Amino acid sequence: MATVKLKKGFDIQLLGAITDSGITAGERPLSVAVVPDDFHGIIPRMEKKEGERVASGEPLYHDKNHEAIKVVSPVSGTVKEVRRGERRHIDAIVVIPDGTADAVTHDLKRPALDVLLDSGLWAMIRQRPYDVVPSPDVRPRDVFVTAFDSAPLAPDLDVVLGDKRKYIAKGVEVLNGLTDGKVYIGIREGQSIDAPGTVVTTFVGPHPAGNVGIQAANTVPVNKGETVWTMDIVTLARIGELFTTGKVSHDTVVAITGEMVQQPRYVSTVMGADLETVLKNETTNLAMSRIISGNVLTGVKVTTEEWLRAPYCHITIIPENNKPDEFMGWASVNPNRFSLYRTFTTWLGGMKKPRSMDSRIKGGERAIVRTGEYDAMLPMDIYGEFLIKAIISGDIDKMEQLGVYEIAPEDFALAEFADTSKLELQRIVRQGLDKLRAEMS
Amino acid sequence: MKALRNFMNKIEPSFRPGGKFSKLESVYDGMETFLFTPNTTSRSGAHIHDGNDLKRTMITVVVALIPALLFGMYNIGYQHYLAIGQSNEGWFTMFLYGLLAMLPVIIVSYGVGLGIEFISAQIHHKEIQEGFLVTGILIPLIVPINTPLWMTAVATAFAVIFAKEIFGGTGMNIFNVALITRAFLFFSYPSRMSGDEAFVKLDSALGMGGGTVADTFTGATPLGQVATSVGDPTMTNILGEPISCMDAFIGLIPGSPGETSMIAILIGAVILLLTGIASWRIMCSVFVGGLAMGALVHALPSPIYPASMLDPMTQLCLGGFAFGAVFMATDPVTGARTTIGQYIYGLLIGVFAILIRVYNSGYPEGMMLAILLMNAFAPLIDHCVVSFNIKRRARRAATKS
Repeated sequence: MATVKLKKGFDIQLLGAITDSGITAGERPLSVAVVPDDFHGIIPRMEKKEGERVASGEPLYHDKNHEAIKVVSPVSGTVKEVRRGERRHIDAIVVIPDGTADAVTHDLKRPALDVLLDSGLWAMIRQRPYDVVPSPDVRPRDVFVTAFDSAPLAPDLDVVLGDKRKYIAKGVEVLNGLTDGKVYIGIREGQSIDAPGTVVTTFVGPHPAGNVGIQAANTVPVNKGETVWTMDIVTLARIGELFTTGKVSHDTVVAITGEMVQQPRYVSTVMGADLETVLKNETTNLAMSRIISGNVLTGVKVTTEEWLRAPYCHITIIPENNKPDEFMGWASVNPNRFSLYRTFTTWLGGMKKPRSMDSRIKGGERAIVRTGEYDAMLPMDIYGEFLIKAIISGDIDKMEQLGVYEIAPEDFALAEFADTSKLELQRIVRQGLDKLRAEMS
Repeated sequence: MKALRNFMNKIEPSFRPGGKFSKLESVYDGMETFLFTPNTTSRSGAHIHDGNDLKRTMITVVVALIPALLFGMYNIGYQHYLAIGQSNEGWFTMFLYGLLAMLPVIIVSYGVGLGIEFISAQIHHKEIQEGFLVTGILIPLIVPINTPLWMTAVATAFAVIFAKEIFGGTGMNIFNVALITRAFLFFSYPSRMSGDEAFVKLDSALGMGGGTVADTFTGATPLGQVATSVGDPTMTNILGEPISCMDAFIGLIPGSPGETSMIAILIGAVILLLTGIASWRIMCSVFVGGLAMGALVHALPSPIYPASMLDPMTQLCLGGFAFGAVFMATDPVTGARTTIGQYIYGLLIGVFAILIRVYNSGYPEGMMLAILLMNAFAPLIDHCVVSFNIKRRARRAATKS
């Protein structure tokens, strides 16, 4: 088993980490929603109308370009609303659960590819290049699976896995049938995994070591013209479960973390559950907080009227703008003002001490001035700054040459945190990937 | 704070479009973000951000320049009172004279530069950017003290407009703006930029000082003396008494205000390196390049090129070498941005500075031109370094298929 040491990156320590890995049983959600924005690359075409009944695992919509790619309802119930935003963009499809166990059972004698597409689990897989839901026409070179999440306050994926762990071997077997290459699993130091038929690599180092793209780049990088699939270990186990029982499990365990959470904990619930139910006993003043579905770097800002978003295993609640009138913050000598850089005095208080951080950007957007900031946060053989500049200037040849096929927005999330010039790097990368994908198809 | 916040909120509407002072909107925004950390929260991407911003970065550089600035002021006074034969004046009098001598230059530099930045920001409806905070203090430190204020104003305006704003402002310029200011002065008014009259202020500063200049006075910098010397170069102070490398290290020699004291510059270097703002790769390799080239020319001494007689350490202590290495070459915007590129960039600056200094007898100082030359080549160096990465990636793809 190979070990890869990654030096670049940084573990941001935040207040509100989970100390007890026990799981609280959550209540049945009042509503459940699928948000099409979570499945980047799919253009939704509805299969169900408002008021229609759906079973758990029954398709709600499919992709305009590949009808076979389905996104399914996580629960059985009634489609209450297809919420639309500007230009009829579908914001969310809301299902009111009826509490029955009415679920689609898949015929496992059919080809695995078809079962996977029908089951809705396909939509949880991503491909490089472009970081989108994979195209069923392309057989992947390899499959990369990450078995840990290294983001700030991230859940322990072993806890989220729970007893689904036993399906990993089956999942690997299925994936090995769908690729000509290998299935690579990345684990952290001290983690163990029993997965015959895979190449297991241990990744030692700070975040973003758990990002599957970083792991791929440090084992067998993606070249132009190649396609690989990426997923986390939980999705792999779900695939294994599907091909064992014929049904998809939509149960999930969510880590509720962050400074504004009274008791950081794991709660069991359903994918896409409404946050009013998930955060029911959370009496902190949520109006003064920012609720993030996901981690502080890559998550989505949500309200309690919204739902749990993919990958359905993490909620972080941090203060929203807790110092609206910080006087001359640029002159601060307070060691509690967190900065990676020694221009501030954070290092006096220790870089590993858990900190309070709010959602302020703490500066204006500027041109890139300081050197090496992105590279220090990106453990890949890529010149991050030059790649970002190529994306901003829309130079497709340069983007290709500099390795745009290897990256996803999440890989630049830490650099976005660290950026003195406060550029929206994840948005820039996403736009670049979308543009490239449009040009190439 | 509260009262100030309320006041800012009260006057805000008159600076917004339609208000009485809407033409000064960017000035208001500049003031507001100066006083209060911007409280906008993230809308896309990462939800938390590092506390560092460009304001802090630039202010830290200004802090690193303060030792050189203070010593520069003292040295102006010291040279002045030495020249008029009152070298027993107290240090505070000397400092005060220097302060009064430099204050107008600082005001002109900031006034002209920031004025242009404000106007430009208003025209483009952008935020005022912080780049000139550093440039504005660099200019008084590298321009000879006797430069007429109008020349400084014209040169600053030229540099800010043609070396920076037309490229898109802070972060977009190709050449170091402060050095363009000096280069403009040097090539437009060469007689005022070197020789006897440039570096020692003899008349009174805002009414202070002034007197009869000693007969033995000569105002040339040590490098200037070396360039014009015949045979083995001897360096003297402004009264003709011999000086050593140590005097140059401490900095009590004539020269541009910021460049004379190696000690003050090294304090600044420590601040820049400890805070991680300047690239230690560039800074160190400039010194290594200078030492290597200095050793080489010293190994081949020639009376035709008197500066080749100087030993390498003296070369580094004299003139603007150290100041350029610490504060100018390390400008991240105009320097090389790749790790390997920074070594090459720094080494070549050091080499060229000594090369120009020694073998171009018409021009005793080479640092300014060496940095500007390498500013032009920095993108090329980076291009070559990045193309190795590109080739490696292409090769990887080729062997796979």
